[in-house]
Amino acid sequence: MDLVTVWFALVVLCWVLFFTLEGFDFGVGVLTPFVGRDEHERGAALKTIGPFWDGNEVWLVAAIGVTYAAFPAWYAALLSGTYLPMVGVLLLLAGRGVALEFRAKHSDPVWRRRCEVVLALCSAGVVALWGALLSVFVRGLALGADGEVVAQPGLASGLARTVAPLLTPEAAFGAVAALVLSLLLGAAFLALRTTGPVRVRAHRVAAGAAAAVVGLGAVVAVVGLTGAGAVSTGLVALGALVAGAAVVVALAVRLGREGSAFTVASLLVAGVVVAVLLANGDVVLPSTLDPALSLTREGAAATPAALRLITAFGVVAVPGVVVYQVWSYWVFRRRVTSERVATA
Amino acid sequence: MTRLQFAVVTIYHYLFVPLSISLASLTAGLQTASVLTRDPARAQRLRRSTLLVGKLLLVTFAVGVVTGLVQEFQFGMGWSAFARFYGDVFGPTLAIEGMLAFFLEATFLGLWFFGWDRLPRLVHLATIWVVAVGTLISAYVILGANSFMQHPVAYGLDPVTGRAQLTSFTELMTNPVLLATFPHTVAGAAMLGGALLLSVGSWRRWIGPAPAGAAGSPEARSVDPDQRAFAGIARLGAWTTVAGGLATALTGDVLGKVMTSVQPMKMAAAEALYTTTTGAPFSLLTIGSLDGSRPLFSLELPYLLSFLATGEFHSTVQGIDDLQAQYTQTYGPGDYVPVIPLAYWSFRAMITIGLLAALVAGVYLWLTRSGLDPREPRASALPFMSQRLFPRPLVQLSLRMLPTLPLLPAAAGTAGWVFTETARQPWLAFGLTLTRDGVSPGLTAGEAWLSLAAFTAVYGVLAVVWLRLVKHLVGQDLADPATATGSPVVPLPGDDDEAAPTPDRGRPVQPAAPVTTF
Repeated sequence: MDLVTVWFALVVLCWVLFFTLEGFDFGVGVLTPFVGRDEHERGAALKTIGPFWDGNEVWLVAAIGVTYAAFPAWYAALLSGTYLPMVGVLLLLAGRGVALEFRAKHSDPVWRRRCEVVLALCSAGVVALWGALLSVFVRGLALGADGEVVAQPGLASGLARTVAPLLTPEAAFGAVAALVLSLLLGAAFLALRTTGPVRVRAHRVAAGAAAAVVGLGAVVAVVGLTGAGAVSTGLVALGALVAGAAVVVALAVRLGREGSAFTVASLLVAGVVVAVLLANGDVVLPSTLDPALSLTREGAAATPAALRLITAFGVVAVPGVVVYQVWSYWVFRRRVTSERVATA
Repeated sequence: MTRLQFAVVTIYHYLFVPLSISLASLTAGLQTASVLTRDPARAQRLRRSTLLVGKLLLVTFAVGVVTGLVQEFQFGMGWSAFARFYGDVFGPTLAIEGMLAFFLEATFLGLWFFGWDRLPRLVHLATIWVVAVGTLISAYVILGANSFMQHPVAYGLDPVTGRAQLTSFTELMTNPVLLATFPHTVAGAAMLGGALLLSVGSWRRWIGPAPAGAAGSPEARSVDPDQRAFAGIARLGAWTTVAGGLATALTGDVLGKVMTSVQPMKMAAAEALYTTTTGAPFSLLTIGSLDGSRPLFSLELPYLLSFLATGEFHSTVQGIDDLQAQYTQTYGPGDYVPVIPLAYWSFRAMITIGLLAALVAGVYLWLTRSGLDPREPRASALPFMSQRLFPRPLVQLSLRMLPTLPLLPAAAGTAGWVFTETARQPWLAFGLTLTRDGVSPGLTAGEAWLSLAAFTAVYGVLAVVWLRLVKHLVGQDLADPATATGSPVVPLPGDDDEAAPTPDRGRPVQPAAPVTTF
């Protein structure tokens, strides 16, 4: 395998880990107001992600950083071509992180309530936005010869330049799908990590979300059936797999096998992300204007020297990161309870 | 436009990040001291102080993370042409920073904060040191990227694509500018963190609400253990500020000499020195225009500039006019002069405001020497000042003003960055790319304005929330992370919110399956 393929695989790995890991803490963020009836239950729900969310979010930093290092042209075209949505992502992530981190630092119930609402809204918004953006990964952007999306003159079209790619049916579907999947993942995680009423409610949410995912899988399969060729076969298979996995998750939750449920849900999300990133084969970012202008792995890659350099660091750093993140999950493996601590 | 936006988000980021860097090391130091000390009362004081500083670190880090994420996206969003051209040089540094340092910081900060009762004591101590080291690695690598823009090294230009290629990472990471910038920046960060601790500690020690155990008389205040902890935090902060101030000055001098050799235009702009001069004077203050015509009034120290720039009093310092002529010859016709008044005044603001902060911290150290109350006449008697010059009300007033001290190093740091970045203009990477050529070609004015407005608004809100929270945190009583409520976050009893050990510690907990994540 040449270095370009290795680094493409690493980019895919970073995105997979980001969407899977941050996916469950997005889900928990959205679900907190629904699974926690009082402040303590909500606190317990958030405590399940407390030590992890920051480390999870770093996988986004890694995904973007590795893309910049290994595929500078892809990085430049993708981020400048989705300028305003990316601004939205950043602001929502900012609001979310700060709300999560600041909530517990103040004991005022109104303050906490506000932080929870901000957290839930920002989490839902950012998940939906990422879902829509993933559709852009597949459909591509109106890339010109210089690898940029160029706007017509005028303020309105200037603003519409980077928003328009998200106003498609695919993007809307992506947004819904991402939200539902992260709810499933979040509910499975909560079921695994909590006790008492929070856990019971998480079970219920997981069942509902699993049903919705089955529906989404069916939609994908039907779209595949109406089309023709290799693409549609792939879509049918994907839809069937997604629906099947969701059924397994629902069954596992039903049987109280929460570990298995969360594992399968994670694999499901990981599989979807891999499918999205490999959808166009060798092309990493298609141009909707002219297929010849699409960005390929080779075309977007950095020079061999730069790739060799980051390989030297990556070989050491990436396994290390995985090891200590796993250790961190091991340290905080116990369930979080929501019962009140006896006042000392 | 994009430049302004980048400046806004960068300056904001560079306010919170140095604070995180220094607070991480200070937290680690405090915790180490608490582990090492034999005296149990002292150990408790130090542990409680560690927790307070750690909480400040956490809220600051949260802001640093979100603004840092913006930075990383910015290069692609606003500066895609630059990203394409320098991707090979810039990308690896950003990626390495993320893989090597950022993961460390984020993961281990979580482990540290939630791990008080889950990890063995020394392992727990090690986690905060990992965070501290991670912040320093981050700073080093990122400054490496910035130093490349100041003084491009270790690259070659691809003859076909015209893109820059990295030739030696070692050379990139031992850029002379980087070697001088890194200590300067870290020392500046120490000043900022130190000033925050001085502000927090002195406020609680002398002015703010007294801890529960020490309400009432000043006597009760001075013996209460938590009061002693606050006094200790204040003095630690003051020492850090003074030491950081000295180090900043020394490293700044080195940096100035390096800059003179790699970017003579920047230093000439800093001095508004138009004509090449031998034995050049250092201008302290200029009233009037800085456009090269005669200033109305100018206070100068003879020969000092030559000394500062090169280490010799009689050396020659190049002036702006000559440099402009040289650059025109090398790079083709164009205007290569940065905005002189901005460079001149930001350079001066950086130095004077920074020195002032160190001076204030030094005076505080003197006034509170060997546990003295600064309001006592004995303490106020500075060796070189009579009692009349330094009366009690003035001391009172100064004490009340002291909590605003962090504004000074923050302003100095901002001025420093403004100087570094604007006095390099019109270059984005010195001698290679003009700033106007680095902007995303497709970016429209509407987008730039909209995002600038959005970032500014959100950052404004963030700053207000951060301030409120810091005020709230320091207004609370100190809590012990290990005992008390067992909750390092919420000192109020009965609040089981975060990181409290599972209350059913005594009875058998259903062993949860290890969380599978992959």
